[in-house]
Amino acid sequence: MSTTVIFTIISLSAIGIIAATILYFVAQKFKVFEDPRIDDVEAVLPGANCGGCGFPGCRGFAEACVKAEELDKLFCPVGGNDCMASVASTLGKEAVMQEPMLAVLRCSGSHAVRPQTNKYDGAENCTIVSNLYAGETGCQFGCLGLGECVSVCNFDALAMDPVSGLPVVDAENCTACGACVEQCPRDLFELRPKGKKDRRIFVSCRNMDKGSAKKIGCEVACIGCQKCVKVCDFDAIVVTNFNAYIDPHKCKLCRKCVSVCPTNAIHEINFPERKIKAAKADEKAKAIKVTGVEKAGEKEVTAKTTNINKEAVVDSKIKEKVDNDTTSDKSKN
Amino acid sequence: MLKTFPKGGVHPPETKLSANEAIQVLPIPDSVTIPIAQHIGAPSTPVVKKGDKILVGQLLAKSSGFVSANIHSSVSGTVQKIDNVPDSSGYKRQSVIIKVEGDDWDENIDRSKEVKDDISLSKEEIIKKIFDSGIVGLGGATFPSHVKLSIPKGKTAEILIINGVECEPYLTSDHRLMLERSEELIVGTKILMKALGVGKAIIGIENNKPDAIEKLNKVNDNSSISIEALKVQYPQGGEKQLIKALTNREVPSGGLPIDVGAVVHNVGTALAVYEAIQKNKPLFERIVTLTGKSVSKPANYLVRIGTPISAIIERSGGLPEDTGKVINGGPMMGKAVNFLDAPVTKGTSGITIMPDEESHRGIIKDCIRCARCTQVCPIGLEPYLLMTLTEKSLFERLEKNDVMDCIECGSCSYTCPSDRPLLDYIRLGKVTVSKIIRARRQQ
Repeated sequence: MSTTVIFTIISLSAIGIIAATILYFVAQKFKVFEDPRIDDVEAVLPGANCGGCGFPGCRGFAEACVKAEELDKLFCPVGGNDCMASVASTLGKEAVMQEPMLAVLRCSGSHAVRPQTNKYDGAENCTIVSNLYAGETGCQFGCLGLGECVSVCNFDALAMDPVSGLPVVDAENCTACGACVEQCPRDLFELRPKGKKDRRIFVSCRNMDKGSAKKIGCEVACIGCQKCVKVCDFDAIVVTNFNAYIDPHKCKLCRKCVSVCPTNAIHEINFPERKIKAAKADEKAKAIKVTGVEKAGEKEVTAKTTNINKEAVVDSKIKEKVDNDTTSDKSKN
Repeated sequence: MLKTFPKGGVHPPETKLSANEAIQVLPIPDSVTIPIAQHIGAPSTPVVKKGDKILVGQLLAKSSGFVSANIHSSVSGTVQKIDNVPDSSGYKRQSVIIKVEGDDWDENIDRSKEVKDDISLSKEEIIKKIFDSGIVGLGGATFPSHVKLSIPKGKTAEILIINGVECEPYLTSDHRLMLERSEELIVGTKILMKALGVGKAIIGIENNKPDAIEKLNKVNDNSSISIEALKVQYPQGGEKQLIKALTNREVPSGGLPIDVGAVVHNVGTALAVYEAIQKNKPLFERIVTLTGKSVSKPANYLVRIGTPISAIIERSGGLPEDTGKVINGGPMMGKAVNFLDAPVTKGTSGITIMPDEESHRGIIKDCIRCARCTQVCPIGLEPYLLMTLTEKSLFERLEKNDVMDCIECGSCSYTCPSDRPLLDYIRLGKVTVSKIIRARRQQ
């Protein structure tokens, strides 16, 4: 009995020693050199593996950082400038500061302003709906409200608002990884600079129909009236396909466009409330709240003031303009 | 025993309400909307402009590639505008809108009723004429017909199959066509045989249309055309299933019918080919079934392309009060109509109006692994697995599991006891995988 045990132990140990020796030499022979700095860089990265940098996971990004001569084209949107600074110091290279970015939703067609025209009861997936048909409302460009963006967000920065039916971006948590931008079948998310003092202005609409057609589907659509383009002193706004776009790098946050927009399609975030001239305010002016599309922490979305009479005049003018636009387009066709 | 395809399939209630209704000519509407993309492939290029006077049968948009088709006017009148107009999915598509004035036909079109059965054109001339006439597969897939008739090098066509199966419940347009236009259909088949250079043709018809089988047998004067009755089974109208049922040949995965020497055309296409070749008439009208359990007058209409769907519904007694869903096509493969004024296109084989209680899906429950979806899949795929792989975005595995072979017949979703949206996800998987494949090919 005892000899069996002893023999077992001896033979197994012998096999172990032989195998270990072979393995040692094989490992030496086939050794793959890996830069130890990759591990160092990976250690300072956030480890979210979100792919927001364009590389497969944090290790892929770390490898790219080590290989690259300059860091100017590499950026970890999750870690931000601090993270890139520590990557740079680990590698002894120079970090390039980049503006902090944030995802914004370019649709404000909430349930209240965009009436439902039909009911969908298939699979709850935005891409499936988008491939199938125009959606539950009269707008074929707008948010479908099934929350695919929420499901791909790794940072808890998106949530569906049950009242408006639109996703809400949490500015505190958003890392601008771009997952929602890639996922949205309607291409409604855009990464924009956070802006000075977290203030930003953008057109919250992607509808490319003609103005008159849009107004039927949604009350807050950008109708491409060009009013904002005319009022902008910095050439920051361009209208293509009846849809305005504000270039964040040219925009000086003067808010002139916000007050002239007849449909409230231009949103201003984190601005102080406007001063209303007292005399006029009593009679004519009225504060209209912009639908809560984006909230930064606990701050309420800034209220927007508009002069009702002025708006009415603007409205009819716009209508004329739009009609003219459409007729001229018809003749083009 | 009657022939059918061996694998899978379901047999939903047939509900062919309009089977005994003769084809009526629908009055021409006041204005028509003719989309420039009514087929699979590249959208056509408009050749008319606002204000142009148009005759019936005049070319509106020119084919812009090999896999594309010409579009002709279905009415006479003035082009009002070329604009983006919603189709039945609600998405806006470029269309030519024509205000109808009278009914003046292009003088080259032979409007006589007599059947002309001598085929004077050569093989190449026939294919050219089919291309010029804008003929696409009228079974619903709208694949340009001249492409199917142009046999690629190294392949030979041995047999022509004419699809008169009409396995989709409710729809009866092909059934009525076979009954009322049988002589023309047989001539159309002969033309297609000549174009392909084949010596044999089979017209496959499901056994629930005995009158059509009898009528075609009676008028068929050609021994190389045979008429075969098939056991009723959905989706027998799928070309791969029909080839298997009639010839026992199996189209390989990722292959085309021509790989087994077969070419399949729908009966509607055969009739359109007859009219194009013998009567010089381009494709601008088709037979559409308007049906539904609560519809007061289910019927079959000869409809000009571009007529609003609402005009057909109006003709059949209006939209019933309990309407839950209007479907473009039949209940199995059709898609719900989002915009009722959307035009009838070359692919509209029927409009099915479902009452409210039948038009909702059940609550999605968990998969109970009963494998019914696998059992009914006519291709032999595993729908439950394909759905899960799509949900988990495992597209490589999805491709390995032959998702691209799915014919989207919907038998899996129909049979699932847990009401799982199997086909919805499989379609999504197919779209994504085909994008991946395309990207790989470009590299």
